Amino acid sequence: MEQSYESAVGTIQRILGLYFVKCLKGGKMSDSDSDDWSEEWIPYSERNEWADIVPIPQDDGEHPIVAIAYSPKFREVFDYFRAVLAHREKSQRALELTADALRLNPANYTVWQYRRDILRALESDLYEELDYLDEVIRDNAKNYQVWHHRRVIVEMLNDSSKELELTEVALERDNKNYHAWQHRQWAIKTFDLFENELSFVDRLIAEDIRNNSAWNQRFFVLKHFGFTSDVVQREIQYTMNRIRVVKNNESAWNYLGGILKYEDNGTGNCHQEVLSFCEELYTSGVRSPYLLAFLIDLYRDQCLQQSNVTESDVLSRKVFNLCNDMSKKYDIVRRKYWQYIAEQFKENLAEK
Amino acid sequence: MLRIGAGSFVCTKKMYMQARQVQKLSKVIWQNIRRQTVDCKEMLERCVVKIRQKTENSIEKCFSRFQQMQYLDPKVKKIHREDHQRYLESMLRRLPLHYECLDSSRPWNVYWILQAAHLLNFTFDDETLEHVVEFLIKCRHPNGGFAGGPGQYPHLAPTYAAVNSLCLIGTSNAYRAIDRESLMQFLFSVREPDGSFRLHVDGETDVRGAYCAISCAKLTNMPEEVIKKLFDKTGDWIARCQTYEGGFGGAPDLEAHGGYTFCGIAALALLDEGHKCDIEQLLKWNLQRQMPFEGGFQGRTNKLVDGCYSFWVGATIPITQAFISQKSGSMKKSLFDTSALQEYILVCCQKANGGLIDKPGKPQDLYHTCYTLSGVSIAQHSESSLNPQVLGDPANELLPTHPLFNVPPRAVARSLAHFELLNDNFKDFRNPSSCQLDTGGNQYKNDCEKSSIESYMEVEGVVSATEEEEAQISSVSSSISN
Repeated sequence: MEQSYESAVGTIQRILGLYFVKCLKGGKMSDSDSDDWSEEWIPYSERNEWADIVPIPQDDGEHPIVAIAYSPKFREVFDYFRAVLAHREKSQRALELTADALRLNPANYTVWQYRRDILRALESDLYEELDYLDEVIRDNAKNYQVWHHRRVIVEMLNDSSKELELTEVALERDNKNYHAWQHRQWAIKTFDLFENELSFVDRLIAEDIRNNSAWNQRFFVLKHFGFTSDVVQREIQYTMNRIRVVKNNESAWNYLGGILKYEDNGTGNCHQEVLSFCEELYTSGVRSPYLLAFLIDLYRDQCLQQSNVTESDVLSRKVFNLCNDMSKKYDIVRRKYWQYIAEQFKENLAEK
Repeated sequence: MLRIGAGSFVCTKKMYMQARQVQKLSKVIWQNIRRQTVDCKEMLERCVVKIRQKTENSIEKCFSRFQQMQYLDPKVKKIHREDHQRYLESMLRRLPLHYECLDSSRPWNVYWILQAAHLLNFTFDDETLEHVVEFLIKCRHPNGGFAGGPGQYPHLAPTYAAVNSLCLIGTSNAYRAIDRESLMQFLFSVREPDGSFRLHVDGETDVRGAYCAISCAKLTNMPEEVIKKLFDKTGDWIARCQTYEGGFGGAPDLEAHGGYTFCGIAALALLDEGHKCDIEQLLKWNLQRQMPFEGGFQGRTNKLVDGCYSFWVGATIPITQAFISQKSGSMKKSLFDTSALQEYILVCCQKANGGLIDKPGKPQDLYHTCYTLSGVSIAQHSESSLNPQVLGDPANELLPTHPLFNVPPRAVARSLAHFELLNDNFKDFRNPSSCQLDTGGNQYKNDCEKSSIESYMEVEGVVSATEEEEAQISSVSSSISN
């Protein structure tokens, strides 16, 4: 009872949280429209508090190349930014100016860098900076600079309590966002947040079984805890079950191959189980190129370890037949590769 | 009285009833959510299939339109040279408003245009190129390295773009504009103790940083002593970025990705440390990126096709094959389907008004124009220099590109030769204090431990310095394997 009360409240909070975020996201779309802030926009040249600053125009030289047709606002904001940078002014108004500049071009790493210098000099409240970043990241989730800035601020605060939620929200929008995964991995590694990551990954794989980023994250988590034989056994079952659902899913096949290779004791017991699984699929008529490629690997390794000549012949014939099928029927785009694999194998056999 | 939860919270009966109500309510919501989740999952699965279907459909439309048109015009499978040239020429002068987001990548815009122009075999007049050099000098930082625009901080990515651009131009003014001495200082300033590189001081670290730094150092032929010091442990760090799938991620543990994979393997190749990664697994992963239906490459497992990976993945394949050749004899054929890739770019990625694209339905941009054409060039020249594998009209043949730097092979040779002369004087100039090098003897031209790749480069350098016009560039795969 106690458990369920807590988990129910947790669930509601989580749902409300996500709902709230989604509302914000929905509302944000129109907000971030560049025209939206121009109505109340007062040029810096007309602001009294900036009267002491002489803007510095961009020096493109006499013969500008790849000259961008800047909007007047863009030009002015950066003219003022250049002036502030030249004076090394670190003030509240300079901080606000960087926000305007970053709104116009969030990829300007110089502005971000200078913003960090200002934050350090003013000893600003970095939690406010995190709130600001929540918004900026929401609008620019595929930008190197915003995520890097976030990382530096989190490092300065030494507080990673909001990072899992932040990246979760970003991954809700785009479950393969490379930057979000990168930030998440960094936070998990730096602040040892591995504990619940496997269930998070489980959920994402359940939502989209082809999400390769989630499979990669699964590997990352397990590598941390170590590939003991129990873990390998469990992961092989997990992956085989998912291949049964979607047979032509490269992510799952690659993961299976990765797990087998990283197996700690290297006894190869698991290979037998995987081999039976693959043969079962093959017999039932599945001809996914990933399955066939996997069988080629397994038969090839077995054959090269086999000392019995008859057994070895059976296996090698299988390899050659499968390579042939791949290059002629099931994986034509990679026909030259499968011919190469067959040739390599022939050489390996001769050396054996 | 009841205690709920783990805290010392004491609860009255009324509160208990309220809690029960919340619980009931939450149960209803929970069931609702569960149902919705199932619906969502189905919807998502349908969405995933739909998105892929949509891409395939739009590409099928391109292909079938092409199939009809080829009977009317046998030359329909053509590179629209004039359109692309017009597009590039207008962009070199002036970029439209929506390029504001690339205001910190202006040397990139220059590089994409110059490299695409080279591939299409046209050049800009000398005066324009001189203006390009002047502009890039404006982007150069007083402390070394190049910035995304005048007055910005130096950054490795625009530094790479600027150095490549200046070597593409290849005049003595252009080489001087690189200012190798301060460039060297900048490279040391972004190096981390573990051998990785930040993109700028206090910036992010990933494998792009290592590649850009190595490419700049190698292309400007920095002395062996500097290279050794600058890239100590870098190869090991890069090798750690290879994943269980076989490709490289942006940093250790990240997902394998076409762009980072190119950076990783090209960097290892330039350092001659390819043996530090699993080459066979890398080869397989790269080849798996070619989409059976589209013919183009995807950047990651289970993602959509994108024209730019024609280069990132396309160039990685001959580099990887060159390593295998080194180890176990020659490998004559390029193992990916070079025709299918060219067909995808020619039929699906050309915009009617010039420029090339990611996939049908997308707008053209300089980045995709550069890397789709670079990919076509790789596909054409990676098998043999004498018999380029050109799809369609023979006039579709593009000029070759060097797969490790993505600039013309001759530009590489000339740059190496030019900076080799500087190395002769290297012992005379005072070392930057940050380098802390042993400048004892004349060891910079230490020939005994040159890699095959380096020796190829040196040979090229000598050849081009003496018989510039005759210098024939051998095929890309043999060029890095010989």
